[in-house]
Amino acid sequence: MSAPALEERAREVRSDVLRMSHRARTPHLASALSCVDVLVAAYWGELRLDPARPLDEDRDRLILSKGHAVSALYATLARRGYFPLEWLGHFNEAGGRLPEQPSPGCVPGLELATGSLGHGLPMGLGMALAARLTGRTYRVCAVLSDGECEEGSVWEAALLAAAHRVERLAVVVDFNRWQATGRSPEVMALDPLADKWRAFGWSACEVDGHDPGLLARRLAAIPDGSGRPVAIVAHTVKGKGVSFMEDDNHWHYRSPDAAELQAALAELGRG
Amino acid sequence: MRNAFAAELTRLAGEDDRVVLLSGDIGNRLFDEFKGRYPRRFFNCGVAEANMVGVAGGMALSGLRPVTYTINSFMTARCLEQIRLDICYHRSPVVIVGVGAGLCYASLGATHHSLEDIGTLRLLPHMTVVCPGDPVEVRLALRAALVHPGPVYLRLGKKGEPVVHAGATPGFQMGRGIRLRDGRDACILGTGNVLPLALEAARALEARGVSVGVVSLHTVKPLDEGLLDEAFRGLKVVATLEEHSLLGGLGGAVAEWLADRPGLPGRLVRLGTADTFLHEAGGQDHARRRLGLALEDVVDRIAEAVDGVAHPRRDPGRDR
Repeated sequence: MSAPALEERAREVRSDVLRMSHRARTPHLASALSCVDVLVAAYWGELRLDPARPLDEDRDRLILSKGHAVSALYATLARRGYFPLEWLGHFNEAGGRLPEQPSPGCVPGLELATGSLGHGLPMGLGMALAARLTGRTYRVCAVLSDGECEEGSVWEAALLAAAHRVERLAVVVDFNRWQATGRSPEVMALDPLADKWRAFGWSACEVDGHDPGLLARRLAAIPDGSGRPVAIVAHTVKGKGVSFMEDDNHWHYRSPDAAELQAALAELGRG
Repeated sequence: MRNAFAAELTRLAGEDDRVVLLSGDIGNRLFDEFKGRYPRRFFNCGVAEANMVGVAGGMALSGLRPVTYTINSFMTARCLEQIRLDICYHRSPVVIVGVGAGLCYASLGATHHSLEDIGTLRLLPHMTVVCPGDPVEVRLALRAALVHPGPVYLRLGKKGEPVVHAGATPGFQMGRGIRLRDGRDACILGTGNVLPLALEAARALEARGVSVGVVSLHTVKPLDEGLLDEAFRGLKVVATLEEHSLLGGLGGAVAEWLADRPGLPGRLVRLGTADTFLHEAGGQDHARRRLGLALEDVVDRIAEAVDGVAHPRRDPGRDR
């Protein structure tokens, strides 16, 4: 898919995410907007992901480890055809199948129930090691938040993955430099983040996390020939796509009122 | 128990190529045969238990039958959230094996004591909790766990435990106790590595004129409700015995069950360890004695419940 087409997909998904947060009064809107381009690159790029066969044993596995941003994944999956778009209108409804953070198998295409940070990479590593034993060639890509990289289990997994040279495992860190209550590199010494992954034995690169075309090419290049697991540090802006939300951490917890929603949608060309 | 575990796991891995073993950097030499036969299916996951459990969860979701293995206290308390979310929430068939139940590693200090694990793991939805009472039960429980469709926690002792089931192999089903002897007055429901102690106590009580049965209640979750119902209807005293805190373990589970069934005539006596940390040096026998699990503690408590008379209680602090 061309870069302009990918960018149009990203605007659609961002619009969905804004409507969902407004309607359901849910937080973590800015976290979701931050990782939309990564998800668009994964689902409309070169990864082996087929909405008609969500349980195909040879599919690539995309894990949204930062489960608080799942509204972005729900919207991506719906737009990609995994389930009807109408379901998004019932996000977080009591008794519904789209919880505010995902439960196991809640929608087709969802690999893991996440929400507690630091679980997606160890489990993704288990999936990648299982592929080797069962003779399959699928890739596993875990999308982590930068704050999540403060969890020790992330680095435990990084060490084991490097020891086993699990080259079909990748991490994308959504490095928007905010966590819930502060600047992530100030709360914990995350910088230099790509160097940390390299020091742990990974092949690491840094990219513009809002260039879906570039992200798609990076994902397509896994394994990257180094024989190592791959870390893509994606530099992002929290709240990306809506001028008055960008890099304003109030939108970690706020949801837009009707006027704010209209203003935001207008910026995305959907006023 | 651990040698029986390693041997049986090696055998079962030969029957099912989905079986993989993840170890938290313990079991030096113990798994040599497994590693020799199935080198690709053995993973030393290092001193990183949380990751080991997550990896096992991911493997189970990808069609494998992972078995995780390390020292009991690290296998349960340290990575409880990973067990809860990566395995139980996804209802994945992972067998979590802890070695060193209760006070097996008493001399290594409270860091290595495991007296809260039955309580914490039985709280988790979908979890089955099995505490084999001897090496024979270890083999049978492992075989059953590896065909169970959900998570199972296996609580092993250490090595050198006596074989209780020396004769014919008993029938084994998770959730069903094994009757070892019958009694008219009371019954001891023992779980895990206290099974020899339960039998010794029953013999001592018999010498005092009290007729006591013994059941290996290896599965704490789900409880054998039919067996409990029969015991509390037919006997004066039903005693639970475990190398585990009095809070939350088998005794706690049976007390919860009993609270929902008023009117049953049997009286429950819970025998386990005191709600404390042991700070002083000493091995398993010493630690049992200090925490209230000496043979005479078991015998006296049951005799007093059957007689309905209070006997003078041994003070565990007096005989260091």
